[in-house]
Amino acid sequence: MGGARVTPVLELRGLHKHFGRYRVLNGIDLTVDEGKTVALIGGSGSGKSTLLKCANLLEQVTDGEIYFDGEEITDPRVDTDAVRRKFGVVFQSYNLFPHMTALRNVALAPRVVGKRSRAEAEQRARELLARVGLADKADSYPDRMSGGQQQRTAIARALANEPRLLLLDEVTSALDPELVGEVLDLIGELKAQGMTILMATHEMDFCRRAADTVCFLDGGVVAESGPPEQVLGSPSSPRLRQFLSRVTHH
Amino acid sequence: MTHAPGWNDAHHTYFSGHVFRTQTGTIFRGFLIDMKIFLIAEPCVLAIGLLIAVLRTSLSPVLAPVRIGCALYVDIFRGCPTLILLYLIGLGVPALHLHHVTKSVEFWGTVAIVISYSAYVTEVVRSGIQSVHPSQRAAARSLGLSSQQTLRLVVLPQGVRSVVPALLNDLVALTKDVGLISIVGAVAESIERATAYEDYFFNFTPYVIAAILFILVAAPLGRLSDWYTLRTMRRQGWAALA
Repeated sequence: MGGARVTPVLELRGLHKHFGRYRVLNGIDLTVDEGKTVALIGGSGSGKSTLLKCANLLEQVTDGEIYFDGEEITDPRVDTDAVRRKFGVVFQSYNLFPHMTALRNVALAPRVVGKRSRAEAEQRARELLARVGLADKADSYPDRMSGGQQQRTAIARALANEPRLLLLDEVTSALDPELVGEVLDLIGELKAQGMTILMATHEMDFCRRAADTVCFLDGGVVAESGPPEQVLGSPSSPRLRQFLSRVTHH
Repeated sequence: MTHAPGWNDAHHTYFSGHVFRTQTGTIFRGFLIDMKIFLIAEPCVLAIGLLIAVLRTSLSPVLAPVRIGCALYVDIFRGCPTLILLYLIGLGVPALHLHHVTKSVEFWGTVAIVISYSAYVTEVVRSGIQSVHPSQRAAARSLGLSSQQTLRLVVLPQGVRSVVPALLNDLVALTKDVGLISIVGAVAESIERATAYEDYFFNFTPYVIAAILFILVAAPLGRLSDWYTLRTMRRQGWAALA
């Protein structure tokens, strides 16, 4: 690449995560640069979700370091609540708060974490809901919305803290096929607006279109990584070839 | 039924029109006292139950001794039959003749009822808290909410809502068990009379023995339910957000 080295938004160095004897991550090295989209691919159980949970400290890492904007956030003295505010997270199963309307779901973080007034927070939430195309759903409860609408609300909620980095954990996996498009389009728009994204995904077509880097996780390490045309187009390891043939033929 | 041999006596004993006319007022006054005690006891029960449930479900390693204390509280006071607890506290504390401490049986009876019911309500609220899926906590913590904010704004509103019917169940039971305090009052009076006139010494040790036996039965059942809940929580990945 060359040129001056810019501090990456997120950098994982030698990340290990063990659950008892079960070693999920075995030395992950990964960098996410500003404005880039990094896609994690790999079979189920390959550690994609665990990696994302470790990244924003929802899981405590067993070993290794995580740097966020150059600051080591795995340092035990770090205020984990403050760190998590800089991440936006969207989950596979949406995880909206069922006792709150779409508006209150999105306004929660600005109000409680951002210490804004109720009116300000709701104004911001309305803007975000409009941005994801759900201005008319502000007063709906999650169980009255379609999966796609719920996931778009969850994306609006994740954007409410104005995050530096968006973590997307297989955000289309729980959706009906005809609803996948609306969510992927929205993620494409966010990327176009300059958002930095780290996503676990099974959507190979979307990877090809939108990802700057694709990382293949296997055996708890990044087994292969590079631009999508290289990783997906001419995979070097048999394991990756096997994985790709499985996901593309179904 | 009206042809049963004892019908006339029973009819008179249970449904006497005369007693109905003369006693209803007295009974209603007693009922009002019952309701008054209930209205004082209920908020205390809910507050203590909520507090202990929250402490018991906390994940912080620092609070481990507090969690053990809360578990003991539940084991002991849920295991002990309410009436025995009423005898022990309602009659036992006044018998200590403490200075500046009331000897009112009504007061200490209410305390006993509150202690007993809090133990039941704790477990109901705790089951509500644990019924909220851990992914809800994960979502809240990911937004940067602290563990207290997550509890107050996300976990408790959902958890308490899901156990409202069970809480109402306990509430109805409480309205009736408050009436047990009147038995303690009567027992206190008859003991006083017996010791004054007949040189008779009443002893509560058998109740203490009975209480211990009941608690010994209840405690392993509590541990069993703890073990089961813990296993479920581990499977859902609760440990992650300690």
